[in-house]
Amino acid sequence: MGHYVPHTEADIEEMLAFVGLDSLEDLFMVVPEALRLAGGLDLAPGLSEFEVLDEVQRLADANLACSSDLVCFAGGGAYDHEIPSAVWRTAMRSEFVTAYTPYQPEVAQGVLQALFEYQTTIARLTGLEVANASLYDGATACVEAINLAVAATGRSTVWVSGGVHPNWRATLRTYAAGTGHRLVDQPLDDGVTRWPADGGGGEGPGAVLVQYPNYLGCLEDLAEARQVADRHGALLLVAFDPVAAGVLRTPGSLGADVVVGEGQPFGTPLSFGGPYLGLFSVRSEHVRRIPGRLVGETLDVEGRRAYVTTLRTREQDIRREKASSNICTNQTLIAVCCAIQLSWLGTSGLREVALRSARATRATREAVLAIDGVEATASAPTLREFAIQLPLAGEAVVERMAEEGFLAGVPLGDEYGGGLLVAATERRTASEIDAYAAALEKVIR
Amino acid sequence: MTQDPTSREGSAPGGRASSIPLLGRDAEPTIFELSSPGRRAWSFRDQDLPDWSADELVPPEHLAPEPVALPEVSERDLVAHFTRLSHRQYSVDLGAYPLGSCTMKYNPKLCDDAAALPGFAHVHPSAPASMTQGWIELLVSLGDALCQVTGMHAVTLQPPAGAAGELTGLLLMRAFHTANGDPRRKVVIPDSAHGTNPASVTLGGYETVTVPSDERGLVDLEALRAVLDTDVAGIMLTNPNTLGLFEEDIAEIAAMVHEVGGLLYYDGANLNAILGVTRPGDMGFDIVHMNLHKTFAVPHGGGGPGAGPVAVSARLAPFLPGPLPVRLADGSFGWSTPERSIGRMHGWHGNGLALVRAYAYLLANGGDGLRAVAEAAVLNANWMRVALRGAYDIPFDRPNMHECVVSATRLRKEHGVRAMDVAKRLLEEGFHAPTVYFPLIVDEALMIEPTETESLDTLRALADALVRIAEGASEADHDAPRATPVGRVDEARAARHLIPTFDAR
Repeated sequence: MGHYVPHTEADIEEMLAFVGLDSLEDLFMVVPEALRLAGGLDLAPGLSEFEVLDEVQRLADANLACSSDLVCFAGGGAYDHEIPSAVWRTAMRSEFVTAYTPYQPEVAQGVLQALFEYQTTIARLTGLEVANASLYDGATACVEAINLAVAATGRSTVWVSGGVHPNWRATLRTYAAGTGHRLVDQPLDDGVTRWPADGGGGEGPGAVLVQYPNYLGCLEDLAEARQVADRHGALLLVAFDPVAAGVLRTPGSLGADVVVGEGQPFGTPLSFGGPYLGLFSVRSEHVRRIPGRLVGETLDVEGRRAYVTTLRTREQDIRREKASSNICTNQTLIAVCCAIQLSWLGTSGLREVALRSARATRATREAVLAIDGVEATASAPTLREFAIQLPLAGEAVVERMAEEGFLAGVPLGDEYGGGLLVAATERRTASEIDAYAAALEKVIR
Repeated sequence: MTQDPTSREGSAPGGRASSIPLLGRDAEPTIFELSSPGRRAWSFRDQDLPDWSADELVPPEHLAPEPVALPEVSERDLVAHFTRLSHRQYSVDLGAYPLGSCTMKYNPKLCDDAAALPGFAHVHPSAPASMTQGWIELLVSLGDALCQVTGMHAVTLQPPAGAAGELTGLLLMRAFHTANGDPRRKVVIPDSAHGTNPASVTLGGYETVTVPSDERGLVDLEALRAVLDTDVAGIMLTNPNTLGLFEEDIAEIAAMVHEVGGLLYYDGANLNAILGVTRPGDMGFDIVHMNLHKTFAVPHGGGGPGAGPVAVSARLAPFLPGPLPVRLADGSFGWSTPERSIGRMHGWHGNGLALVRAYAYLLANGGDGLRAVAEAAVLNANWMRVALRGAYDIPFDRPNMHECVVSATRLRKEHGVRAMDVAKRLLEEGFHAPTVYFPLIVDEALMIEPTETESLDTLRALADALVRIAEGASEADHDAPRATPVGRVDEARAARHLIPTFDAR
């Protein structure tokens, strides 16, 4: 028997007799003989826990980690922020980790209240009234925003800023093959989106999607994007950065109808890209189109405050083929991490993370732009990330900088003219920044 | 009042959580109510950088006029608050969680330690292959093992959950038919299917055609034959199905669907039942998604994160999302995007740390252990069905696989006690409830999946509780649960007076 099966041989005999079978093989009599796997799975036999840990440790050691091997100056949607012990030590309590979706609210108040608090903090960060209980990641949150906007406006053309993360745009295109939505990329000009003055031919957009700050780290003009959306009666969808939200105006106050984002910077390690956290919030007029789970406050039979998943008739298990989203399992545990981290930061700490990241980014920017042969990709203002052009390909710089102990940044694709995207968080110090600039100067020489 | 669940004497038998001590029945305030201006938990390292102000760092038109208000609490109060919340939460680590279709098995602690290794947790997703050989090797090895378990040819690990896996499969179906110049419009699903199936069909750009189940609880072959034509892109099946029954005619179904040029999609929600016994690929399926948070013990996290890899047969492999982790000719590891890839289903490589947990679970079990998992899961569910005979109606009383579906119809008719009341009574007994009102084709359904990790003692205690509930059914059951942190929750009020945030109060 496997490690985690509790039965003794006596248990099995007793149970087989109880159900009227002679052997374990008889349990599978309903499986046609021809379909039964002869000889078992071609997998190695099971290992002890300790051998498994040796093997995964071997694999973990074959990576360069930003904790010990490399000092991280990479961002591009995945950021190296501090995570206090209180976050994982608390969120990783097994009551949170090993619970299912809160289908029985009377025994799930812990997860439900944590999600209610999470929804409140995300609504405040985005400046909108309602946030859901999480989606998979920033990319799929953009997909859901577009699906909501198309359903709300009845128009399936969507203008997508070229400043939206390229992997997210690739994800949008993949999902659009099923929905049939027409995605029109709008190029950047000196770091910010150049929106068409007219309808661009054909049906006007039902939605306009812009990232703030955008992939190159530049601050887009949301007031202008709002005007563009208004010209076409479109919804304004903004993919925001929750860290930058510590010092920037909220997208909601600048006119966004739907705000999405990647929640990884608050409480989730880099994790090679997942599990991350899709942030999603809307103006209250769109609440009945919100995808995924939504927790609401209510009362129990004795009049005590209680929490429950609500507006359930939107969801796939009830609405089936008429549901506007198919999401069921989401990223609840990551949302709990985010809620704890945001409460650990509080009002002043959120601002500190944003300011300290911005200071480190400015110092890094000034240091690397002073190097001969390094130039800024765009002149638009940046906050916590910036793009540079180098005499070498971005990929080559990243490889060479690893030998100097740095993850130098994220190489940029041809649509941005190549180069490197560089980010610095509140973890980066003056001495690390000086060493980074010195190493960069050395490797491109 | 027939029984007072709070005054039961003696100790709790195995597997139930009725022994948890609670100090009271007050509500826990929200973190916002615990907030006090100026209190703080945070501290940061000294960066030794110029003290540039917000005005110097942010252009005035972008600068927030005031900071976003967040809770202001000490770390001690923060940790106490979330710890108290955890005490108001049931979990697998507390007791049995027989939610049908959800496979709430014990999650080995080993996997938590594997996923927490800094060499996995602190790796940037854009880091090139030269710096992430261990990660890519893990993904390749996990993919190989999943192909072996399912009998398929190639796999993508990107889909972050089961529903995302379903949509991936449907987009693969679309790409395949489109490449053949024959896009097609319809996807067939049985009436016992999970709700995510029809919702995914719509997002995949297809129309749902539903086929009924027959008196055996299996796909009605004649009804299926009647809807199959050359406009059918494929069929989505769960096998065993959501009644816990194995679709015995699967080979014939596969032949019928392939005959009209359609593809077979395997919803892996119930894969736990057949590990090492039979494989979707051998049954004729073309596309398979797996719920690693069910079958491969990734903990469910209160609703996620999970992982929903999709494995396919050779003819669909050229369409898989990319980039795919691959073993290169020189023995090192890298990435490769298939020639006619549908694109990306995730911003990066999928829910990586969940994949590490699943890989550790696979290594610990091995091929022999996985077969033992299926045997015990099926044995436990059959034991439960037989144990509940008499107390509950069993609409399909025949050998089942990993779960059994019973009905509270008689309790409703005789005592006005519904499946939901039984569920709430079970909470008082110290167990989580089964899935209720699903599958939709069974009246007053209670869908029970014990999983392989529950012992015979726990099964006995659970069955005893369910039988006791049926025998003592009365009007008073509408008041259950009474021993829980809150009593029955007013769901209608939550929808009518929507309070989705603290600020909406």
